[in-house]
Amino acid sequence: MTARRDEILGKVRSSLGRGRLDGAALAAVESRLEAHRPGLVPQRGQGTAGERVDLFIRMAEEVATKVDRVASLEDLPDRVARLLAAENLPAAVTVAPHPALDSVPWDRRPTLTVRHGVPAPSDLVGLAAAHAAVAETGTLVLLSGADGPTSLNFLPETHMVLLRASDVAGAFEEVWARLRRRQDGMPLPRTVNLITGPSRSADIEQTIQRGAHGPRRLFVLLLDDLAPDEAGDG
Amino acid sequence: MTAATPTSRSFKSNARAALADETLQRALGNVKTGFIDKRIRAAARLPEFEELRDQARDIKAHTLAHLDFYLERFEANAVAAGAKVHWCRTAEEARDAVLEICRAAGAKSVTKGKSMIGEEIDINRHLAGAGIEPVETDLGEYIIQLRDETPSHIIAPAIHVTKEQVADTFRAHHGHLPADRPLEEPRDLLNEARGELRQKYIDADVGITGANFLIAETGSSVIVTNEGNGDLTQILPRVHIVLASLEKVVPTLEDATALLRVLARSATGQEMSVYTTFSTGPKRADDPDGPEECHVVLLDNGRSDLLGTEFAEVLRCIRCGACMNHCPVYGAVGGHAYGWVYPGPVGAVLTPALIGIENAAPLPNASTLCGRCESVCPVRIPLPKLLRHWRTREFEKNLAPPTVRYGLKLWARFAARPEAYHRLTGLAVRVLGHFGAARGRFAKLPFAGGWTSARDLPAPEGVTFQASWAARGRGGRA
Repeated sequence: MTARRDEILGKVRSSLGRGRLDGAALAAVESRLEAHRPGLVPQRGQGTAGERVDLFIRMAEEVATKVDRVASLEDLPDRVARLLAAENLPAAVTVAPHPALDSVPWDRRPTLTVRHGVPAPSDLVGLAAAHAAVAETGTLVLLSGADGPTSLNFLPETHMVLLRASDVAGAFEEVWARLRRRQDGMPLPRTVNLITGPSRSADIEQTIQRGAHGPRRLFVLLLDDLAPDEAGDG
Repeated sequence: MTAATPTSRSFKSNARAALADETLQRALGNVKTGFIDKRIRAAARLPEFEELRDQARDIKAHTLAHLDFYLERFEANAVAAGAKVHWCRTAEEARDAVLEICRAAGAKSVTKGKSMIGEEIDINRHLAGAGIEPVETDLGEYIIQLRDETPSHIIAPAIHVTKEQVADTFRAHHGHLPADRPLEEPRDLLNEARGELRQKYIDADVGITGANFLIAETGSSVIVTNEGNGDLTQILPRVHIVLASLEKVVPTLEDATALLRVLARSATGQEMSVYTTFSTGPKRADDPDGPEECHVVLLDNGRSDLLGTEFAEVLRCIRCGACMNHCPVYGAVGGHAYGWVYPGPVGAVLTPALIGIENAAPLPNASTLCGRCESVCPVRIPLPKLLRHWRTREFEKNLAPPTVRYGLKLWARFAARPEAYHRLTGLAVRVLGHFGAARGRFAKLPFAGGWTSARDLPAPEGVTFQASWAARGRGGRA
């Protein structure tokens, strides 16, 4: 295996007409890699916190994500139950073992069946907590980890995601910077899911159909946690 | 039809058959209506789009110029995250690596996300040959797997199939379902495929995905899908295999982001594909789900030879499919006529490089050099220039048919003698103009059957361009 690796790298170098990088050339690429400087970031997402949230909602709704604002975590049980009823779905939800979702007073809505953990293939509704969102494209950012089973984002037909308004970034670069601060040792969690709308396919005659393999519906429960001065005019 | 046996040499007869295939022609109509308008709208919404294309080109060019460095960094970081990297010089080595991993895992069935490298190494046939069932999970790939066909487009593999054909295929293969179920609408077809594939995801022992990018900084692989099939494929089975070629590596998360900003917009006109997933190694100690093993099969298959040549720029390709969506030749004949894995303009450049010009000689001629491909390429690959380079190689290697070779030689003799050239073309224009004056065009002409069999030849009016130019005063501006 190392012989193959060395042969491939040797061919790359000889085709490029040089040996292994060293000296100033090596220092230059190493510093580019370590600096991981953002390139051109579209102007679109560069507003106040309030404007970012508005842009996120606009972009998300454009791709058929449904966004519902909630004032506090205490409202979640009622809101989830109402959304499910409106879609004619059974009142049962599999919830990610996430601290924010653990703190929700689920017992206030006894008719809603709540299970915590990894979804079974037959589970119809999943609720996860987003790490962040990106206003630029209306994208949710979800991470794998003890508090985030990745299968919850893909197996259930209906995907609900709790998102704090204060976690809405303007552009992807802000999310990467935040992730680098968060992780110790490992650069990224096993899985980072950037999710922009419910699953879809245009593979049959280029007509767009929702719910190809992943969720057919995507609901964002947007927790209004911006301080009044942050929210601005947006 | 398999990837292992290219039919690129018979492009001409492939194309003739494609043009005569009415069902195919109907299906190809969907290329023209969908992709082009959507891309224009997406580009127009983002004021920075053209500048982002320049940046995307520069990132790929920088990475290719330092490919050895970034590959080593990618490997080191992937290994640190617990992945295993398998370096493969050839398609055969990559197949063996995949088979070995599957056998070690005791795999009986393998789910697959869409992967062009999978096509390039013809992995399905080899898995099946080893008694392991490969299950394509992308809807388009699933359809063509049932039909025993290859993809005809790199992002819309079943674009050559009509919904009626999909319905027939499903009826033939899903015999356990009621025969009288409705399958008229795309919605019905999608739901049926969703239902059929659910259990396959759960039963699979190994999941294979491709990679849109590999990230040197983190050792991650990135896949981009709209269906979510690539995610179910990689998180449910015990083993995840990533198939990727060398040029997929980019330096940082920021570089991948810059490329993602032009990828979906160029491909489908989306701001962002639905699912963009960054995977780094196997599941971590406290992860409740995810694969226990992660392997990256890193394929060269001739790419290292392209670096430093006049064809190196094709390695910037991020496989968006915009060049084929905008190509008049692809739009007329579809992807299968190109005879191997990669169709369209980028295929016409890449195929001779990967399987040899002697096996793909007609492809660089399957182009009018109109330049639309280059004008929409998100990484600004000068495809017409690269096609011309292949035409030169083809001529040098004596691969062009004799009529073309002698025709070019004859033309060159005249072109090198301007006086004779002008006299001859002047005469031709007068004669054709005289005989064609009545109808204004020719439906038939000696030695021009190749042209007139499919369309009329307009009759010349007046004199040659050269004569007309001279009459306006040499080099003067009219």
